[in-house]
Amino acid sequence: MRVIKDRSIIDDDWSLIRNIESSAPIPEGDVILPFVFWQTNRDQLLKTKKSHAIWIDGSIETESLLDDIDSFSIIALDFPIFKDGRSYSHARLLRERYNYKGELRAVGDVLQDQLFFMERCGIDSFQIRDDKDIEQALNGLKGFSVRYQAAADDTIPISERRKFK
Amino acid sequence: MYKYDDYDQAIVDERVEQFRDQTRRFISGDLSDDEFRPLRLMNGLYIQTHAPMLRVAIPYGLLSSKQLRMLAHISRKYDKGFGHFSTRQNIQFNWPALETVPDILADLATVEMHAIQTSGNCIRNTTSDQFAGVAKDELEDPRPYCEIIRQWSTFHPEFSFLPRKFKIAVSGAEGDRAAAMVHDIGLYLVSNDKGEVGFTVFVGGGLGRTPYIGKCIRDFLEKKYLLSYIEAILRVYNRFGRRDNIYKARIKILVNDVGQEEFGKQVEAEWEHIKEGVLKLEQKEIDYAKSFFTSPIYDDVAADDNSFNEVKNSNDAFSNWAKRNLYPHKIPGYHAVVISLKAPGIAPGDATGEQMDSIANLSDQYSFGEIIVTHDQNLVLPHVKQGDLFLLWQALDVQNLATSNIGLLTDMICCPGLDFCSLANAGSIPIAKQINEKFDDMDYLHDIGDLKIKMSGCVNACGHHHVGHIGILGVDKKGEEFYQLTLGGSSENDASLGDRLGPAIAKTEVANVIGKLLDVYVKLRKEDERFLETYRRVGIKPFKDNVYASN
Ligand code: SF4
Repeated sequence: MRVIKDRSIIDDDWSLIRNIESSAPIPEGDVILPFVFWQTNRDQLLKTKKSHAIWIDGSIETESLLDDIDSFSIIALDFPIFKDGRSYSHARLLRERYNYKGELRAVGDVLQDQLFFMERCGIDSFQIRDDKDIEQALNGLKGFSVRYQAAADDTIPISERRKFK
Repeated sequence: MYKYDDYDQAIVDERVEQFRDQTRRFISGDLSDDEFRPLRLMNGLYIQTHAPMLRVAIPYGLLSSKQLRMLAHISRKYDKGFGHFSTRQNIQFNWPALETVPDILADLATVEMHAIQTSGNCIRNTTSDQFAGVAKDELEDPRPYCEIIRQWSTFHPEFSFLPRKFKIAVSGAEGDRAAAMVHDIGLYLVSNDKGEVGFTVFVGGGLGRTPYIGKCIRDFLEKKYLLSYIEAILRVYNRFGRRDNIYKARIKILVNDVGQEEFGKQVEAEWEHIKEGVLKLEQKEIDYAKSFFTSPIYDDVAADDNSFNEVKNSNDAFSNWAKRNLYPHKIPGYHAVVISLKAPGIAPGDATGEQMDSIANLSDQYSFGEIIVTHDQNLVLPHVKQGDLFLLWQALDVQNLATSNIGLLTDMICCPGLDFCSLANAGSIPIAKQINEKFDDMDYLHDIGDLKIKMSGCVNACGHHHVGHIGILGVDKKGEEFYQLTLGGSSENDASLGDRLGPAIAKTEVANVIGKLLDVYVKLRKEDERFLETYRRVGIKPFKDNVYASN
C-alpha cells in the first residue's frame, strides 16, 4: 500500500486492523492493532514482535497511552469522518506534551485539504482515502508559507518573527 | 486600525489561491458536495435558497473607508447591488455566482479583507463593542485583544474541525455592548484590586435552540495568559464536546453537562501545562497590537462650536435624529453617529452599493475614514465633530440613511429568514415590513422609546430573538408561518432570556399583537421606565391577558 510519509509517497507494509476480538490470536506480520487489543495482549506482544503499532480512535484519552509510549513505532490516529477533529488534539498532545518521537499516521477519511492542519499538529504520515489520488493529495501539504500559531511543526510564534520594528 | 504586514498579506493571498483551486476541483467533479462543503464553509460560502451566499469577515466590525468602497464595488460587480450587514458584525452577499467567489476574495485581499472562518465548525470572527475606542465608560479598548485572538485563531491547526462553530466576544467597558454573555467565550476587561487590568472569562453562553447565559470560570485572567487560557478551553472542548448530535455539540451543552465548576477545573488543569509556553503574550506583542488602535488627532476646540445646538432648536427632524442617533463620545465636542440601516421598507441591515460609497465618503470627510458595523445591523461613524453633524445629517438624508430610529421599535434585528435562508421556517423580512407599516408615526415611536425587537426565522436564532425585549421566532405550523413571541430578553449586562408569551400567532397578527403589548406598557409604565423595566416589574401576566383575552 502507498502512504505519504515525510512528504513523499512510499510503499508501506503495515496493515491496519480495526476490528479484532481481544481474545483472538495475535496476527502475523506488520499490523497496526487497536490499542485495546494491545493492552490486553501487551506482554505477549512485547515478547513476540520487534516493533509495535497501535490505532486509537478519537474517544481515547491520550493520557492512557503514556506507560507504553516508547514501545510504539507507529500510532495511527483515526479520522472516521474528516469533520471529526479530535485527533488533532491527540496528535499535538502526543508530540508536544508527551514527546512521542515515532510515526503518527492519519487513517480513515484522510483528504488533501486537511493534510496541512494534520501536519502542523505533528502527523507525519498519511494513509489517503482509497478512492483519492495520492499524488494529487500531496499538494495539500503545500498549505501556507506563513502561520500565525506555533504548533508541533514550528515552535516559533509569529510574534518572534515579527520583531516589532 | 490594524494594518496588515507581509505575514498577514501572504496568508490572505495564499488563501485566495487555495480556494481558487478548491473551487476548480469542485466544479470539475474532483471534490464531492460533501467534501467541498467544509472547505467552502471555512470561507464563508453557503449554498442557500436562491444562490450561494458569501459572508465576508469584518473583524470586530471595524472598516476603513477604502474597505467599505470595495464592498460597494463587490455588491455591484458580483451581486445585485446591495449587501446585508449581519448581527455578527459581518457583511453577506446573497447573489454571487460560485465561480466568481475566488475573484471576490482576490478583490477583498487587496484591501486586507477575507472570508476566512466566517462559517464552519471553527473559531469565527471575534466580535466586540461597536463603540470601542470612543465610549466614555471604557476601561480599555478591547480591539487589540480581538486582533490578537483573530491571528491566533486563523487557520488554527488543532481547532479547525471543532464539534460546532465557536464564537468569542470581548467587551472593554462597563456597559456590555458586545453581548459577551451569549458567546461561547465572553471576555470582559476588568481591573483587579491591585489596579491591574485583565479579563473575566465566561464560557458556554449562546442562543440557538437551547439558549444559555455564559458561566464565569475565571474572575481574573492576566493579559499575558489570554491565548493560553483560550487554547485550554478550546482543547477541552475539542476533545470532549459532543459530536454525535449536532444540536448538542456547542460548548454550552458540554459546560452544562459536566457542570460549571468541573468544566472550569478541566480548563485550569489543561492550562497548567501550557500557560508558560509559547502562547504567553509578551508585553511587546500587546503593545504592538495596541499601536494600531490609537486615537486620531482630535480638534481640541470642537466643543466650542455652537451651531449644533442652534440648528437643533430650529429643526425638529434634525433634533429627533440627534436625540436617537448620536452616542456620547469621550472627547468633548465629538459624537459617535449611528447610521440607521432600518429605513421603512428596507430589509434591516441592507445597504446598496451607492449607500456604502456615500458612507465611505462621509467617513473620510467627517470621521477619520472609519466605519463600524454594529450588532444591531447599523453602521457607526465613530468620531464626528458636533459642528459637522448638520451637514452630515443632510448628506445622509439624501441617501435615505437618516432615519432617526436607533434603539426604537423599528430598529429591529432580523435574520434573512425564508426569503434567503434554506433553514427557515418562516419569513422575517416581511414581518419587519409589516411592523414598519403599522408603526409609521415617529412621535409614537419616540414616545415608546427604547425597545429591542429581535426576530429569527427558525430556532437557530441568528436574529437573537431570545435576547430581544420582544423576541419573535418563526415557526412552522402545518406548513403555515406562525410566530412565537417572547418578552423580557436582554443581551446587556443584565442579560436574560425572554419568557414565552403564549401560543404562536398568525403571520397577519404580529404587528397588531406588538401594538397590544405596547398598549399595556403605556398604561403601566412609571415615569421614564423603559419597556424592559416595566416588564420586569409587572411580569408577563398583564401582557398575556391583553393579547390572548381578546382573541
Ligand atoms: S435564524 Fe434560521 S432562518 Fe434565520 S438566518 Fe438563521 S438559520 Fe436562517
